[in-house]
Order: sequence, then C-alpha cells, then structure tokens
Amino acid sequence: MQALIRSYLRHPSGIIGLVILLVIIALAALAPLICPGSPWDSVGQPFMPPDSPGLLLGSDSLGRDIASGIVHGASVSLLIGCVSTLAAVLIGLAIGATAGYLGGRVGDWLMRFTELFQVIPAFLLAILVVAILTPSIRTLTVAIALVSWPQLARITRAEFMALREREFVQAARCQGESGMAIVLRQIMPNALSPIIVTASLSVANAVLMESALSFMGLGDPNLMSWGFMIGEARTMIRVAWWMSAFPGLAILLTVMAINLVGEGLNDVLNPRISRR
Amino acid sequence: MALATQIVKMICIVLLIAVFNFLLIRAAPGDPALVIAGQSGAVDAQFVDRIRTEYGLDKPLVVQLGTYLGKIAHLDLGYSYRQQRSVLSLILERLPATLMLALSAFVLSLSGGVLLGCLAGVRAGRWSDTVITVISLVVYATPVFWLGLMMVLLFAVHLPWLPAFGYRDVSRELTGWAAALDVARHLVLPAVTLGMLYLAVYTRLMRASIIEVSHQDYVKTARAKGAGPRRVLWRHMVRNALLPVVTMAGLQAGTLIGGSVVIETVFAWPGLGRLTYEAVLARDYQVLQGVFFVLSVVVVLFNWLTDLLYRVVDPRIRAA
Repeated sequence: MQALIRSYLRHPSGIIGLVILLVIIALAALAPLICPGSPWDSVGQPFMPPDSPGLLLGSDSLGRDIASGIVHGASVSLLIGCVSTLAAVLIGLAIGATAGYLGGRVGDWLMRFTELFQVIPAFLLAILVVAILTPSIRTLTVAIALVSWPQLARITRAEFMALREREFVQAARCQGESGMAIVLRQIMPNALSPIIVTASLSVANAVLMESALSFMGLGDPNLMSWGFMIGEARTMIRVAWWMSAFPGLAILLTVMAINLVGEGLNDVLNPRISRR
Repeated sequence: MALATQIVKMICIVLLIAVFNFLLIRAAPGDPALVIAGQSGAVDAQFVDRIRTEYGLDKPLVVQLGTYLGKIAHLDLGYSYRQQRSVLSLILERLPATLMLALSAFVLSLSGGVLLGCLAGVRAGRWSDTVITVISLVVYATPVFWLGLMMVLLFAVHLPWLPAFGYRDVSRELTGWAAALDVARHLVLPAVTLGMLYLAVYTRLMRASIIEVSHQDYVKTARAKGAGPRRVLWRHMVRNALLPVVTMAGLQAGTLIGGSVVIETVFAWPGLGRLTYEAVLARDYQVLQGVFFVLSVVVVLFNWLTDLLYRVVDPRIRAA
C-alpha cells in the first residue's frame, strides 16, 4: 500500500489532480461555513458583475450569489457522481463477473445484453428515464448508473476471463472452494485494478452527465447544481457572462482533476512493462 | 457473419429498444394514459380516452405490448398533443438538420484529430506535443454545452464574426447558393463545438497509436531502406495508426448523437436535439420516446455500416 502511494506521488499530474479534488471536496464539505445561508436566497441586485461588494463572482437574474451557488453545488455534483458510479460498479461487477467466470452461453447472453445498452445513445436514455420518472436526485442517480454500468461490466468480464485460468484459481478449485468463494476471494482482489481506474473515470463522466441533465432542466428542482446555473444563464449570455462562465469552470476543474487522478491511478495500478 | 444473421441481430436490438420504451412508460408513477398524453394532452379528457383505447391500456400487459409493437411496425410513433402533429412527421422534419450537424462534427473531429495526433506523436516529448496533450486534456474535461456558450460569447457576442444561433438568417430571404452559404455559416459554431470533444479524444488516441506504430519493424525497415521521414509517416505509419482511431470513431456514434442534443439546445439548431429539449420542457413523452427510438435505430444502422467498412478496410478481419 505504501509503495503504491509513493509510486503515485511520483506523478506530477496525479498530484495536481488530487490537490484540486481535495480543495473541491473541502469547499463542498465546508459550504455552510464559507457561504452561510441558502444559495437560493436573493442577496443583492440582479446582474451584478463579479467583484461587486459582497458578491465575489457576481449575481444572477434573481440576485442570487453565484459564489454561494458554486460552493453549495459542489456537493451535489460530487454526490451524484460518486453514488451513481458506485451503483454502476455494483451492477457491472455482478454482471461482468458472472459472464467472465461462467462463460459459455450464460456469458454470451449477458454480453449481448451489455452490448444492447452500449448501442443505445447514453445521454438520450438518461433524459428519457429522468423525464418519465420525474426529476429528482434519486432518478438522476438511477439514470446515470443505468448508462455507466456496461463499460464496467466489460472490463470486469475481461479481467475475470483472463484470471479464471490462472493456477491459483485452479488450485482453489482443487481444494473444493465453491464458485462464489473463488470469485470473491481469489479473482476479485486481483481484478480490482482496472476496475478502479475505469470507475474513477466513470465518476468524471457522471459529473458531466449530471450537469448536462441539470442544464436541460432535468435536475432535482430543490438542489442548486452547476448545470442548473448554466442552464439559467443560457438566455442571459449577452447580459451576464459570469453566470455561465464560473459554474462551467467549476465543472471543468472538477472533471479534469478526477481525470488526472484516474490516470495517475492507472499508471500506478497497471504498470506497463515497457515504458516508451 | 452472414448478412442474414446481421439483419436478424439488428431487428432484435430494435425490438428490444421498443420493448424497453414500452416498459418505461409503465414504470412511471401514475396512470399510463396520462403519462403518454403528456402534460398538455392530459388536460383534454377526449384525447386521454383516445389514447386509452388506442393503446388498449385496460387490457392485459401482453396484449398492450402486442398493440405497441404493431404500431411501431407501422411506423406509428404516436401523436403529440402539444404540437398537434404525428410524432413521425415531427421527427422526419428535424432529422436532416441533426444529421447535418452530427456528420460535420464527425468529419471535423476525425480529420483534425488525426492530423493533430500525428503531429503530437511524431514530436513526442517535445514542446508542441506537451501543448497539444494539455489542451486535449482540458477540452476533454469541458462540458460540451458550456463550451458552446463560451464559443457564442467569444465568436458571436464579443467578436461578431459568426451568428449566435439558428439555422439561417430569418431577416433575409435567401435562395440557392446564398442560402446554402448562410446555413453553412450557422453550422460552423455548433459543429466545431460538438466536434471539439471528439477532436481531443482522437488526438490522444492517434498520438498513442503513432508512438506505438513507430516502434514496429516495418517502420525500421522503411527507414533503413532510406525512405525520408515524411514518406515513412504517410505511407507506412499513418495507415496502421489509423485503425484504432477509426474503431473508436465508430463507437462514438451514440455519444455524438447525445452531444447533439445539448448543442442544438444551446445554439437553437432546429434538429432532433432541440425537439427533445422542447419535449422535455412540455413533458411530451410520446415525442421523447419517438426520438429515442429513431436515434437508437440510427446508431444501430451506423454501427452496422462501420462494421462493413472495417471488413473492407482491414483484410485481416475479412478472414476472421
């Protein structure tokens, strides 16, 4: 474990990503302290430019503080991103592990089922699911998990197929371990590396998808999220550029940080034999 | 795989998408008839009753499914109360605009990505490579709808070079070439924005591919034979490096279509994406399901075509 951490710290891009991510998480956690009150409160005149007194990043069409919205919105994006990815991992692991370990017809049919979901345009599926089940944080999470699991299932299956023929698995089978025990105790710990990397990149995708859905008006109406703020700013682009610029930058920084961390993890957990 | 098997596979996928649509409506809370009618239609009791009889909502589920699939087979995708038109006619009207946008973005991103990736790969480790890689990283993390808004801000508001939204200039009546040029001008910002994300993806992939290829034996042989660097690049390296990029491009069809939804919303481009946005606002579920179904079919067809293309381009696959 220590070796892994040390190896990770050798990557400057990974460190930058991690630092940015920690800052954003801190902002999200300390939101009530940094910007007390609700981001929905009107605290000033509408359309105040950035650097106005008391409004660091300006105000929107209803006089709400943009900075407050960004700080409070961080937790929404991160929460939905992480929870939906966790759900996708669980579904993907279950399906991928079964398909990879059992193989044969069951594996084939499971993979066809996975392919079906990969063919369907993901964003449209998410829009449809959220729209029909009425937008809320729960339906957003379900919809994003629904479009993210196929990728994880494929990776899991590939890993399981590769690992099930290894000697330690055969030895375990000889010792009479049940299939489930082999899957959970022998194969899974060794298969985790690429799954972790794919999962971290899925979080980035989930954040982007959540912001896109909120932009379209399909976000939870009770939660101030970055996508929602940009959606509000769409028609005001000529009057108040700061309404869309800052939330967008927040999304960009968050996603970039997650991607950098993911790539750092990839270099650490999946070392390539020959480095070019 | 024989052609017949491929077609059967495609029909199965289309059927499953239709069944999924069917089940999703039933999964929604409340009366399915009201859900199908959409927000605007639910006000009109006559319309709701008509839906109830047409879809057989009081009959058992299996019968309902049969009715629904029968409708799909006859290309009856429902009726939009809000727009007072059949869903199919709405979709057919808007499909060309979306295809135009998606195709332009695809061509731009693929050609740009290949060129930039080549450049970065050939100069791996040097200053220009680092710049291209960092820019790709940033673009890849950018939400595409926000990028669109920033592009509008820069190129339409601050520098009045290009139109901010729409399909054509409504204040002028243009015909023939002038009209085509007008549409092209309006297409620039949306297509470039949509393509940017994929440009970043293809650039990184092409770069990695070029680096991978440059270590191959045939490249060493070509250099040993005395071929100049440019000839080595274009005749030997690019063709082989291209394969994973084209594979990825084929797989991106689905996400490209999804991206066009937000882009059309930002730029008020009159395609299926904008129709989706309007349907979301109006909770017009029949239109939403119709668009979802049609675009899924488009993606399935596109995947099939790309598959055929690979067999033509890569003789190794034909033998498999």
